[in-house]
Amino acid sequence: MSTSLLNSRAVALAAAAAGLLLLGLVLAFYWVPNAPIEGFRQRIFYIHVPIALTAYACFFWGAWKALRLLWTRDQRYDLESYTAVHMGVIFGVLTLVTGSIWAKTSWGVWWTWSERQLVLFLVLFLFYSAYFMLRYSVDPGPRRANMSAVYALFGVVLIPVSFLAIRLAEGLIHPVVFDRDIGSNLAGSQLLTFVVCLAGMLALAGSLYVNELTGKRIDARLAELREALS
Amino acid sequence: MTTAEKYVTAAYLVVLAVVLAYVVIYAFKLSRLEREVAELAELARRRMETAPEQEPAREEVAG
Repeated sequence: MSTSLLNSRAVALAAAAAGLLLLGLVLAFYWVPNAPIEGFRQRIFYIHVPIALTAYACFFWGAWKALRLLWTRDQRYDLESYTAVHMGVIFGVLTLVTGSIWAKTSWGVWWTWSERQLVLFLVLFLFYSAYFMLRYSVDPGPRRANMSAVYALFGVVLIPVSFLAIRLAEGLIHPVVFDRDIGSNLAGSQLLTFVVCLAGMLALAGSLYVNELTGKRIDARLAELREALS
Repeated sequence: MTTAEKYVTAAYLVVLAVVLAYVVIYAFKLSRLEREVAELAELARRRMETAPEQEPAREEVAG
């Protein structure tokens, strides 16, 4: 894909992200009523959950690109997979930080080790953080690309485990919102606000991904040019 | 401002701060790329200037 096409896509995604996130913010603070039990603090939900789902989406995207690399042996997928994992880790940090703030205001603690959902997300985050150590411990080339791709694919197995843990575990304090009874868990206004925030967050991740990928490609081309000229 | 309001504000501000930090880091990266492009353009220009001087020498050797 040409750099100019990537740039126009980045502009469209950035505009969509700005518009949707601004709308989501207005809806979350001025339209949605206070939740019956959680009250005002439930508004963290509209930023924390979309960020967590976006982190999962980035890791999935990274794994998909890794699979394409292993399937086709096309080296351009290596940079795409790496960029997606990079974005996933950024959104992973935000998930942990916003989740901790919500935990502190709702449960009175910043972190609890008894919650499988939290621990599994932390494991997933640390697993993908280690991806960078593996990647930079090997010289650039097809070997590094293949190793990184296999690692990214292994990590994606943790995502359904992390997502299902909360539904399979017993005696939890972490709430389950998205289940078969979503209609009684979320009012229409809450669900609409959540969808707007999720769309905005996905657009933001897409915009950052395209920008980061463009930067990394320019970096690689400059390195080739420098080698050719030296 | 209530305690709940403070925590909610903090959560939203953290996200804003991380996005802004990313923009700042990316601005540094862009300025580095711009510097590298300028260096390579200078290198290419010097190559083009010295290239005509090398051409006759090659012809002499060939002749």
